[in-house]
Amino acid sequence: MSQARTSTRRTIAAHAVLITYTLIALFPVFVVVINSFKSRKAIFSEPLALPSASTFDAVGYRTVLEQGDFLLYFQNSLTVTVASLFFVLLFGAMAAFALSEYRFRGNLLMGLYLALGIMIPIRLGTVAILQMMVAGGLVNTLTALILVYTAQGLPLAVFILSEFMRGVSDDLKSAGRIDGLSEYRIFFTLVLPLIRPAMATVAVFTMIPIWNDLWFPLILAPAESSKTVTLGSQVFIGQFVTNWNAVLAALSLAILPVLVLYLAFSRQLIRGITAGAVK
Amino acid sequence: MGALTLSNVTKSFGAVEVIKGVDLEVAEGEFCVFVGPSGCGKSTLLRMIAGLEDVTSGEVKIGDRRVNDLAPAKREIAMVFQSYALYPHLTVEGNMGLALKQAHVPKAEIAASIGRAADMLGLEPLLARRPAELSGGQRQRVAIGRAIVRTPKLFLFDEPLSNLDAALRVQTRIEIARLHRDLGATMIYVTHDQIEAMTLAHKIVVLNAGRIEQVGAPMDVYNDPDNAFVAGFIGSPKMNFLDAAALGQQGASLGIRPEHLAISRDQGPIAGTVSHIEKLGSETLVYVHAEPHGLLTVRLFGEHDFAVNEAVRLTPDPARTFHFDASGKRLR
Repeated sequence: MSQARTSTRRTIAAHAVLITYTLIALFPVFVVVINSFKSRKAIFSEPLALPSASTFDAVGYRTVLEQGDFLLYFQNSLTVTVASLFFVLLFGAMAAFALSEYRFRGNLLMGLYLALGIMIPIRLGTVAILQMMVAGGLVNTLTALILVYTAQGLPLAVFILSEFMRGVSDDLKSAGRIDGLSEYRIFFTLVLPLIRPAMATVAVFTMIPIWNDLWFPLILAPAESSKTVTLGSQVFIGQFVTNWNAVLAALSLAILPVLVLYLAFSRQLIRGITAGAVK
Repeated sequence: MGALTLSNVTKSFGAVEVIKGVDLEVAEGEFCVFVGPSGCGKSTLLRMIAGLEDVTSGEVKIGDRRVNDLAPAKREIAMVFQSYALYPHLTVEGNMGLALKQAHVPKAEIAASIGRAADMLGLEPLLARRPAELSGGQRQRVAIGRAIVRTPKLFLFDEPLSNLDAALRVQTRIEIARLHRDLGATMIYVTHDQIEAMTLAHKIVVLNAGRIEQVGAPMDVYNDPDNAFVAGFIGSPKMNFLDAAALGQQGASLGIRPEHLAISRDQGPIAGTVSHIEKLGSETLVYVHAEPHGLLTVRLFGEHDFAVNEAVRLTPDPARTFHFDASGKRLR
């Protein structure tokens, strides 16, 4: 009896803590979204109030959609994020497979070398990267951003995925080799589906900093044709005047695609496809 | 011509030598069991035969072909793993047919081959299922079916029964023995379970620390062990080793199986006290502490009563003793 009561109380306490945290985490997003629907005056007079009939104003969204080429910015952000994500996952998983599967001289050293990037921020090399991009004629292209973000995401991907790869049954890979599957088939058809949850985790971790990044778009691709959403929103923030309606509207819109990508990956997180492969 | 010939095969991981020169010949159609304690290199040896591990030196021949540098898929072997290792994304049928599909065998032939194997193992009702929908025993049968479909020159089993529960293990063991009779194929089987080894094998290979200790038919290995390791490893409960000097016998130790030690309350050359007794119904195991020999096991058939701490005397059957020298070598 008392056992049951304690556990209910514990459940309530745990939920209370989690709900509090959720509220704190969601509060800024909530404020951004509600204020994006209010008139400029209302934003400043009552920043925490919900939009009412008298304060509702979609001027921010109108400005965003009319001024600047926001559809293009969205497209750019999406292209950069998805392409970088694809390369990070592909190369990260391949490197992790090699590190965990094959015994070769310098295996451990190579693993450490690849993981070093986690500790050294890529922004330290900004000047060199810019010089390289200029030399390669890649300034103001999305390719420049994709290359940089792929490099930025790889260390963590290799680190996390190689841990998971070690957990994949050796017998399964051996069975594949005996049945005459190539190493690529073993990797793509046997190993990758089993580490899908890990891939989803890495995808989420990799995706969000790329989508939100302002630094590299500003330095490597500030041209109108290659602007990303984060950079595009900056036109509304001036030194003296800031168009808050437009900034908040742009930010609200920018949340949507990340949300969609996140939902797509989080579904993978809970997939139990590994059941039944090995005991 | 043997189905498998190993000539002075060694394997090192870095500076550590795990297989220290193995010579072995397995005849066509033979059921050969590698047995030994964990870490003795039996699985590594099997993986070297399969081509999953490189051979450091020596020669591996399957049939009369040297296969040292041949990919696993080209060796015409099939392997059954302890963890089943079924492909989770394929149905039972897909699992069984994959190897033939990779070898570009015509579809009709693959289907016929799967049909035959499924019939042998009673897998027809399961063909459309995925591994996740099967029980442990069914998974292992599918894994065995996957091996049969290939009609390999050599079947390799890596502790295939270790993940099954006791009842299923006995059943699957009998099934493997029946398959071997029906197929007449050469099989190499790795296990640490000596009951599996004794019941399945034509030829037992006892391995210890990367070396072969003895090769022979199960009863030869049991009745005529070459050394103390084999004598102690084969047979359950374990053989007793008595201090030969204390009994005035030749050699360093005297081996005697638990069933060949007679126990009585009043007569016998070895005095000791009962430290534990286990009654199994059909037999009774009495553990006797006797100086200077240590703990000795006596196996009696039927039910017997002894009290713990009771003083008893033991008599070894002199015709059933084995003499070993200090290095464990058998003195004949």
